Amino acid sequence: MAVDAGALEAGSPLRRARLHVSGFLWRRRWVKALALLMPPLAVFLIVYIGALAALVVSAFWTANSFTATIEHTWTLANYRLIFSTSQPYLHIAAVTLGIAAAVTLTDAVLAFPLAFFMARLAGPRTRVALFVMVLLPLWASYLVRVYAWQTMLAHDGSINWWLNKLGLPDQGLLYTNWAVWIVLSYVWLPFMVLPVYAALERIPDSYLEASADLGARGFKTLRSVILPLALPGLVAGSIFTFALTLGDYITPLLVGGTDSQFIGNVVYDFVGQADIPFAAAFATIPMLVMGVYLLIARRLGAFEAL
Amino acid sequence: MRSIRRKHVFAVVAVAAIAAAFGVTAATVRAGSGMPSSIGKGEGRLNLIEWTAYSDPSFANKFQKLTGCKIHRQDAGSSGEMFALMHANGGGGGGQYDLVSASGDASLRLIYAHDVKPVNIKLIPSWKNFLPAFKSPPHNTVKGVHYGVSVQWGPNTLIYNTKKVKPAPKNWSLIYSKKYAGHVTIPNNPIQIADAALYLKKTKPSLGIKDPYELTQAQLNATVKLLKRQKANLKRFWNYAPDEEASFKNGDVWLGAGWPYQTLQLQAAHFPVKEIVPVPTTGWADTWMLASKAPHPNCAYQWMKYVTTPKVEAKQALVFGETPVNPLACKYMNKMKKGSCKGYHLNEPSSYYKKIKFWKTPIPQCGWTKSQSCTDYKAWEQAWTQVKG
Repeated sequence: MAVDAGALEAGSPLRRARLHVSGFLWRRRWVKALALLMPPLAVFLIVYIGALAALVVSAFWTANSFTATIEHTWTLANYRLIFSTSQPYLHIAAVTLGIAAAVTLTDAVLAFPLAFFMARLAGPRTRVALFVMVLLPLWASYLVRVYAWQTMLAHDGSINWWLNKLGLPDQGLLYTNWAVWIVLSYVWLPFMVLPVYAALERIPDSYLEASADLGARGFKTLRSVILPLALPGLVAGSIFTFALTLGDYITPLLVGGTDSQFIGNVVYDFVGQADIPFAAAFATIPMLVMGVYLLIARRLGAFEAL
Repeated sequence: MRSIRRKHVFAVVAVAAIAAAFGVTAATVRAGSGMPSSIGKGEGRLNLIEWTAYSDPSFANKFQKLTGCKIHRQDAGSSGEMFALMHANGGGGGGQYDLVSASGDASLRLIYAHDVKPVNIKLIPSWKNFLPAFKSPPHNTVKGVHYGVSVQWGPNTLIYNTKKVKPAPKNWSLIYSKKYAGHVTIPNNPIQIADAALYLKKTKPSLGIKDPYELTQAQLNATVKLLKRQKANLKRFWNYAPDEEASFKNGDVWLGAGWPYQTLQLQAAHFPVKEIVPVPTTGWADTWMLASKAPHPNCAYQWMKYVTTPKVEAKQALVFGETPVNPLACKYMNKMKKGSCKGYHLNEPSSYYKKIKFWKTPIPQCGWTKSQSCTDYKAWEQAWTQVKG
């Protein structure tokens, strides 16, 4: 400490240099701002946008069928293959989008009452307990949770055991699209609960009182006051659940059946086959879908709820 | 003036660099297409692309001590991944990798993409003892030039739950029939097309299938049709060996195509399964192939020499659940685990190997029509996507 204090004494060269620099930065504010923003901006531009640009560009190239060398000639061949009705890719994209939509809807229906209870009805202790319960699964690896579902959904698993106890017949749930839907709905549920909770918590009590004063009953208040105000939260949550499902490929691999190929699985296969251009081309489809989705979400005010 | 001079300097350096490059090329060509005539001192390091545990510490540690070559491992999950790793960064292992433990469905692709280079087989003493089928197999030897050394192999087997599948199956027909619909699994791998082609060769002779890895477009189409029909009977396509075991254990799958490894794992867990090796069947065989830009060739040769010795072959076979190419490993296998030589089919007569059609990358060049009319691996991959879609 003593050394430090000595170094900073008036007139010492180090102190003069420091004053010089800080004075320069004070006179030219933009230099300061630039220096502060440069590293994250550079990372964003080079790593993030750069990778996306490389992806979009390589989607218009092709890979040599035997040597897998990339041929740098511009062509729409990859897209022609994707949109050809004799190929399975449109069906795979439809399955992926369909399950993403189903997962989003399921999570919205499950999350809304839970978030409502947490935000408006529960006491502080219950609320903390519920928060912990919603967030706790995120502390365990995604893979472990999917494998846990594998054992539950299996033919000799706990779900069939319970069904049999209740006198119901076995269900072959594992290795079907139903399993993919159930597991993904479970895995992404917290990402829906949190934004919906945030939106519901923000509704002032006075609005609900005013609604009651004007003679609206519970259901009318829910429909005309709470739901419209919670909508941005629901849309914000749906961005997560929809995008995460759209990009998933491990869950379909582990619990899916013969018709559970996602866009991500095809992309993974083609990367393995060293056909990067086709993988890139197919990967732009969810990017486009998400782009449109985000535009609609902005219209619905989702970004104010984040 | 200054800039001109700089240009001059640059030109001189460039010319010198090009000259040096040519000089180096000329030198390697003179040295007999780049094949060494003896194994030099190790470089202290060996970078492998391998199937998990192909350099298991139980035998690799001794190698490291003996040679001073420290092993660095890159595991691959599929043949496609192996090919992609070898082909990345300019190919030939990118100047990073030395050896790849390629299976037959990737080896020819690696050869034709120039990612691997010829190996002087005289430097591998155990080679002369190999089973004849693995000395110069078509999946790693082209026109008499060896692109690596065979290491282990295994048949593709039919695994079945003995409590559910009665009577016991005799051949592959059960996985194509409706009898156990919804309880069948097959690997998620384009090379599975060959299994279906082999089945059609027998059941539909009018197609004229000669070699299950050399299919014309019409033969491939017929195979795809069979596989699409089979898909309706499947519970799933399995991706990883433990994944297939889980499907058997949890009762969803009763029979399917797999490897002796899964059968032994399931039996070790006291699960009621058995396997048969139907005749004919397909099989896989792995080759340690030398990357064309291998930075540590001496360590690579020492490794190929070491892993093919009988004792190490036996150890690897038992660790991984596969069969050595060196039959001298038999007695060591039995010493380590009683009856394992027979269990892994190392004591079979030579006629046995003729019944197994080993994996081979499909290429346009048809051996049996002597023309370019066969479908290549890319076509197989696309066909496989069609089957799964």
